[in-house]
Order: sequence, then C-alpha cells, then structure tokens
Amino acid sequence: MRILNKLLFALSCTALASSAYAQQASDGVVKIGILNDQSGVYADFGGKSSVEAARMAVQDYGGKVLGVPVEIVSADHQNKPDVAASIARQWYDTEKVDAIMELTTSSVALAVQGLSKDKKKITMTTGAATTDLTGKQCSPYGFHWAYDTHALAVGTGGALVENGGNKWFFLTADYAFGYSLEDQTSKFVKSKGGQVVGAVRHPLAATDYSSFLLQAQSSGANVIGMANAGLDTANAIKQAAEFGITQGGTRLAALLFTLAEVKGLGLKAAQGLTLTEGWYWDQSDENRAFAKKFMDKTGRMPNMIHMGTYSSVLQYLKAVEKAGTDATEPVAKLLHEMPVQDIFAKNGKVLPNGRMVYDMYLFQVKKPEESKSDWDMYKQLAKIPGDSAYMKVADSGCQVTQ
Amino acid sequence: MAVGTQYIAEQPKLRTSSKVLGAIAIAALLAAPFFFYPVLLMSILCFALFACAFNLLIGYVGLLSFGHAAFFGGAAYFTAHAAKVWGWEPLAAILLGVAGAAVMGLLMGFLAIRRQGIYFAMITLALSQMFAFICLQVPFTHGEDGIQGVPRGYLLGILDLNEPLTMYYVTLAIFLFGFFIIWRIVNSPFGNILKAIRENERRAVSLGYRVDRYKLGAFVMSAALAGLAGGTKAIVFQFATLTDVNWQMSGEVILMTLLGGIGTLIGPVVGASLVIALQKYFAAWNFPVTVLIGIIFVICVLLFRRGIVGEILELMKRRQKGAA
Repeated sequence: MRILNKLLFALSCTALASSAYAQQASDGVVKIGILNDQSGVYADFGGKSSVEAARMAVQDYGGKVLGVPVEIVSADHQNKPDVAASIARQWYDTEKVDAIMELTTSSVALAVQGLSKDKKKITMTTGAATTDLTGKQCSPYGFHWAYDTHALAVGTGGALVENGGNKWFFLTADYAFGYSLEDQTSKFVKSKGGQVVGAVRHPLAATDYSSFLLQAQSSGANVIGMANAGLDTANAIKQAAEFGITQGGTRLAALLFTLAEVKGLGLKAAQGLTLTEGWYWDQSDENRAFAKKFMDKTGRMPNMIHMGTYSSVLQYLKAVEKAGTDATEPVAKLLHEMPVQDIFAKNGKVLPNGRMVYDMYLFQVKKPEESKSDWDMYKQLAKIPGDSAYMKVADSGCQVTQ
Repeated sequence: MAVGTQYIAEQPKLRTSSKVLGAIAIAALLAAPFFFYPVLLMSILCFALFACAFNLLIGYVGLLSFGHAAFFGGAAYFTAHAAKVWGWEPLAAILLGVAGAAVMGLLMGFLAIRRQGIYFAMITLALSQMFAFICLQVPFTHGEDGIQGVPRGYLLGILDLNEPLTMYYVTLAIFLFGFFIIWRIVNSPFGNILKAIRENERRAVSLGYRVDRYKLGAFVMSAALAGLAGGTKAIVFQFATLTDVNWQMSGEVILMTLLGGIGTLIGPVVGASLVIALQKYFAAWNFPVTVLIGIIFVICVLLFRRGIVGEILELMKRRQKGAA
C-alpha cells in the first residue's frame, strides 16, 4: 500500500509536470494529434510512417501557421477504443490539441469522432473504412479523407467489370464489415452488367481457405472478390497462388488492400491481384519525387493512408491560415468550402457531410518479371472519378448537412 | 484448511493497521481526480474492479477462468444498448448489465465447474469465444463498429454524469461497493469454505460441503462483479466494442491479477493500475507498448512470483516473524 501511494505520488508529479509544460506551450502553438495503431496489425498500413507523413506536411508548409509553430503529437491506440478515447480526451482537455487525424479502425474512429463532436474539435479520419463516419454518425467537425467502403466497392466492383471481370464469386468474412463490402460491391457489379455467381462466408481469422477457394474455382467465376481485410485477405491470396488459381485465368480482387500489404505479401503471391487505391508513387514525376523523400525518412513507399494523413494535415493548416484562427467552427467551415489541391488529391472537394471526394484508381499487381524495382508493383487499369466513387450526401443518411 | 486458520489467527493484528491504510487509500482516491486525469482514473477503477472480480475466482477458489471477457464485454453491450436504444437511466442500465453477466455466469459456470485445471480454463475460453462470435454477428452490437455514442445521462434522474467529476465519484462509489462485496465474500464463512476448496477439494467434500454449489456460487458472483465493471465502463466511455469480449481481454485481466498478486485483495487493483497506466503513458513512446508490458510480465514471473503486492505482504510477514 505504501508503495502504491509512493507510486501514485511519483506519477502525479510527472503528470503535473507534463501538463504544466503543455499549458505553457499551448499559448502559441497549433497542435495536431496523430492517433493510430503503431504496434498491432495495422502498424504497416499507417503506423509510425503516418506520423512521419504528418511531420513532412508541417515541414512542407513551413513549420509555422499564423506565425506560431505547428506541433505534431502522436500515440499508439493499440486498437483499443477505450485507450484511444482516453488519449483523445486528455489531448483535448489538458494538452490543447486542436485536431486529431488518422484514427485507424472503425470502432476507434467512430468513438473519437463522437467525442470530438461533443468537444467541438476537428477530426480527419484516414485510417478507417466505414461510411458511417459521414453517414448516420457524421459530425459537423468530422472529415473522412482517404477512402471508404463505398469507394472501394465502386472501384473494384464497378471498374473491374468494365475491364472484363464480369462473373463474380465472393469470399466474404463472416461479419458486418464483410457483408457490407459484399453487398455494396455486388450492387456495382450488377449495375455494370456483371453477374454474381456465388458467395461463401469464411469465419474471421480463418487459416485454411482451400475449400472456399475450390468452391470459387468450380463456380465458373472469372473474378474472386475478397470481401475481407488484413491478414484474412493476405492468407486467401497466398493460398490462391498455391492453388494456381490466378494462373488459370481467374482474377483475384481485394477490396481492402494497400501497397504496404502487397509489399508484405510479395509479388510472387500477389501477382495479378486487382485492388483500388487513391494514390501510387509511380503515377507522375511529382509523386515519384515525393515518394523518394518519404522513402528516405521511413524506408518505405507511402500508400493512400500515409498520403491521406499528409494531405489532411496540409489542408488543415491551410484552413487555419485562411481562417486566421485555430478555433474549430471557422476552420471546419473553411475545410468544407476549400478545394483540395495537393500531391494527394487533385481537384478534391469536401461534401457537406465531411466526405472528401477525389479520384480513385484501379490497380493490378505486376508479375515479378514485370517489376523493375523493389517497389514497382502496380499497373494502373482505370481511373474512377471521385463523383462516382463516393456516396452522394443524400444517400449517406447524414443529418448535419448544412 | 491450514490457510483459513492461519488467516483467522492473523486477523486481529491486521485490523487496526488495515483500517488506517484503507482510510488513507479512500482519501487518496477521493483526492485523485485533482491530480490525475479523471478519465484515466475511471478506466483504472473499472479494470481494477474487473481484475478483483477475476481474482475472487482464481485467488480464493483456485479456478482459472479464461473467459471473463465475456462477462465484462457482454455487460458493456447490455448496458450500452439499454442506455442508448431503450433510453434507460444509467444505474438501471448498469444493473441490467450485471444481471446479464450473472445469467451468463450461471450458464457458463454450470458447464465449466464440472472440470478442473486446464479443462476448466479451456471450457471457459471456448464458451467466451462463442459469445464473442455471437457479438460479432448479432445486429444489436453493430459488429466491429460497436455501440457508439451511449449517453451518460442523469444518475437517478438527478446527477449529471456528463460532468467529469460527478462521473468519477459515481465510478468510485461503484468500485468501492464492488470491492466491499468482494471483501465481505472473502471474509465470510462462505469465503472460508471457498478457500478450503482451493486448498483441498476432496477434504472439503469429505467434510460434507457440496463443493459444486459453492464453486458455482463463486463463479456467478465473480461474473456479476465483472459485469458491474463492464457496465460501468460502457457508461464512462460511452461505447461498447468487440475489444472487451475478445479473448485478449481475458488474457489481460489474468496479466493484471498476476502482476498485482493473486489471492491478495489489493493486488488486482495495483496490477490493473499498472497495466492501464502503462498502456496510456507509453502510447506516445517509440517502443511498442505491448512488448513493454510483455517484458514487465516476464520479469514479474521470474523475480516475484507472488506478484507485486504478494511479495510485499510476504516480506512484511517475514519481518514480523523475525521481530517476534
């Protein structure tokens, strides 16, 4: 017990010291918090590299806004909504953080956006997929930047049909996220004239996909759509490669997969995979130059999550500059109005529900022999204009439309 | 029964000093929100109560449950649903969570107590995983999004829980209530029989106790108290998600209890405070938190197997013996 008290006392001293420091500094600083998974399953997807991306955005902006320095703080929420919520609350209450970004995984993003709505603070989500962020649970101060399930479904579902993949078989993770991806994607497949010949549900975190894949193969489909995420997708792709499914002419379409995961899987297993992303480093000279800078700092090429975080920080700083203040209301209003024009989004715009709309791309993973360098992994198949990729405000179910 | 008699013999000596210590601890808890961030403290209190409830089972009956997350997370879902969808008053919603957890405890316990040791742990793990998959599937939990935006509301229609300090003192009151109940259980004749079962089950049977009933009773109480912690957490954080029903959460509560000291009343509280504070304060570090907690766990198991509080108590006991 005495030890406990001593511990409490010691901790209270450090807490006091750190909060006193924060208050002193908060007088003349704009603080942005990057809250994401830095040690768990999504650490590659965003993680520390996203924090670096945010720092690059601050640097590229000049390090200062309205004459005061910009500071990036970051924390690892360990995929726990309660850890995320208590960090977010503390950032707002005692450390004067002005906005929180990235927010990997849906439960975390919804929780933090919800409490930020109560606290009247801005959140810009790049790491979560759910359309609820700008739908039923939207907030006047909440923005959704990089991608969402709708855009992925339109991209992979719609655009791939136009590209010849018209008979679909779904391999769906057996929970809400999987169903919603499958539903949305089938809708677009059908609207483009394709057909869905079957679907099979696999338990979350399954390790053996052989029976599901054989079922898919015998269905006569020419596309296997993988309505799952992360490790599930990676395992299914690996096993499909072992079965020689892609060599047989059937295409694999991953609904949520980024450059980071493709790199992790390797070209040998991932070749031929079709996926939708919002950015690729080898698309233009400008992108290549940026990616090189990013590579020097983090040792990896950025995916759309890293770039989305970069873009959201940059746009936030532009809005603060233009508003002449870091107060939430005027900045949020400007964020809704200002066009997004940076390395990540060309001619992007923000809908009244907080959804940032920009062009998405359908990519195919190269064969090992086509790849010229370590990170040379995508071939662009199609461009999906933002207006068709993202949900209309009227369909989103968001009530805070101004 | 050796432990029981030993305990009774020690009791008078501990009484006065433990009263003083208890008073200091309560005073510290009352003053804490002025020094620490209230949400962090509330989080610690919820997990501490959860760990205490778990400890009731492992520390005093010797049953290692690997499925306590089901009660904790299940109650969080019940409470969140009642408060958000049905618009229940927060205390009633929490009580619903407790009742739900108790019913689940009765069902799970009924099946699990028939086996011992590793089999008991595996049955509880299996049943709690089944529950976790149900939570993933049924519509009212909203899958991986979780139930979000649960209103804190007004306690008994009067106290505004949106005030952080009010919420803190309500959480503290719930924690102390739960802790008091555990203390009462442990120091009751019922508790002594539980300890007898832990020490030597066959002898307890031969003494004429219906061991299964006692075990089931303890299991249900532990589940209900874990539910109290989970329901309170849902109101504090205003959401209920899959994180709380996953098996990792069952593992985490074992970790908290082991770090603090199994079979000591205050140990789980210390363990929970340590784990939650680490998760929070080291979130901004460059070093992965999970690895850090793992390292601490390994050190703890290698160097002080009785846990932090367990070792301190042992040290005190040895000193007393030396003095006498």
